[in-house]
Amino acid sequence: MSVTSYVFGVAAALLTLFVVIEMLRRRQLRERHAIWWLIAGFLALLIGLFPVILEWAASVVGIDTPTNLVFFISIAILVLVCIQHSAELTTLESKTRALAEDAALHDLRLRKLEALAGVGTERGDS
Amino acid sequence: MSERLKRTLIVMPAFNEEEVVGDVVREVLRTLPGVHCLVVNDGSSDSTTAVARAAGATVAELPYNLGVGGAMRLGFRYAIEQGFDNVVQLDSDGQHDPRSVPALLDALDRADLVIGARFAGEGDYEVRGPRKWAMRFLAATLSRTAGTTLTDTTSGFKAMGPRTVSLFAQHYPAEYLGDTIEALVIAARAGCTVTQIPVSMRPRAGGKPSHNPFKAAAYLGRAFLALGFALIRPPASLRQEAASV
Repeated sequence: MSVTSYVFGVAAALLTLFVVIEMLRRRQLRERHAIWWLIAGFLALLIGLFPVILEWAASVVGIDTPTNLVFFISIAILVLVCIQHSAELTTLESKTRALAEDAALHDLRLRKLEALAGVGTERGDS
Repeated sequence: MSERLKRTLIVMPAFNEEEVVGDVVREVLRTLPGVHCLVVNDGSSDSTTAVARAAGATVAELPYNLGVGGAMRLGFRYAIEQGFDNVVQLDSDGQHDPRSVPALLDALDRADLVIGARFAGEGDYEVRGPRKWAMRFLAATLSRTAGTTLTDTTSGFKAMGPRTVSLFAQHYPAEYLGDTIEALVIAARAGCTVTQIPVSMRPRAGGKPSHNPFKAAAYLGRAFLALGFALIRPPASLRQEAASV
């Protein structure tokens, strides 16, 4: 491994970590969503600084080309994060569904109350 | 009978039905005196709400489209809030004949959920090809789950008794085909008794059923998927409902 590629690997990991931490600091990212990106960033930094760890880990799981282990772990993390997002989306959808139902029910109650109180402001039936 | 009608809420999910919903509401109120009619405007962009209100229905407006399942759960929640015992689901496009509603309600004496079945002898509703096979397979599987013979499991014309209403107010699925297939599975597995009675169908006032083979295949696939997941999900129980309410 050349010095250039060593520096490049470390710099890329640092950049990733910087972006994630900065977004956390500005509250553009919540901790529970950032945790996977932090783990990925730290792993990348660790391997960037000490490439021997990668070679050792690859030999432990029987992978000849250590880079393949990098690809495998990267893809695995991306897939897991995508699944987590789909699950979050499902939760959010069922929450907005409940809110939509609540809003419609409250609107009905309001109309009834307004009719009873005789303050029937002619709201446009749009 | 009229005593029972007073305790019944007719729920009609409506999505851009301004052309027909007024006539359907008027027909329901004329045919079934004393009944309360709730039209759930499922995020329509036309004047469905105004037309239905003018015809004499109570109209609940969802802020955006949730699908039949979402609209129906709102109907069940409204029924519980207002103290109605029974809910009848009726399409707002005029396919379902309100004259069949008393028969559906009578059948609630011996079941918690009554399906108005389209192939059980009355009327001349017919489908062909893969869609027919899919419906047959669904009917066979769901008959086994429900422990009774059902021939039409995808009918949107249904009557729900008090037990089913309280179950569905919490657990009515919003997914595609959830309002028919999965709802039946949820009810049957929660211990609700299901039965069906024959009803006649009228042709849709607007639009015609599609015979596109790709759409039929997609329907088939999604129906099996919906059924499969409905069967492997943990069942909802009625007792839990009673405890948590």
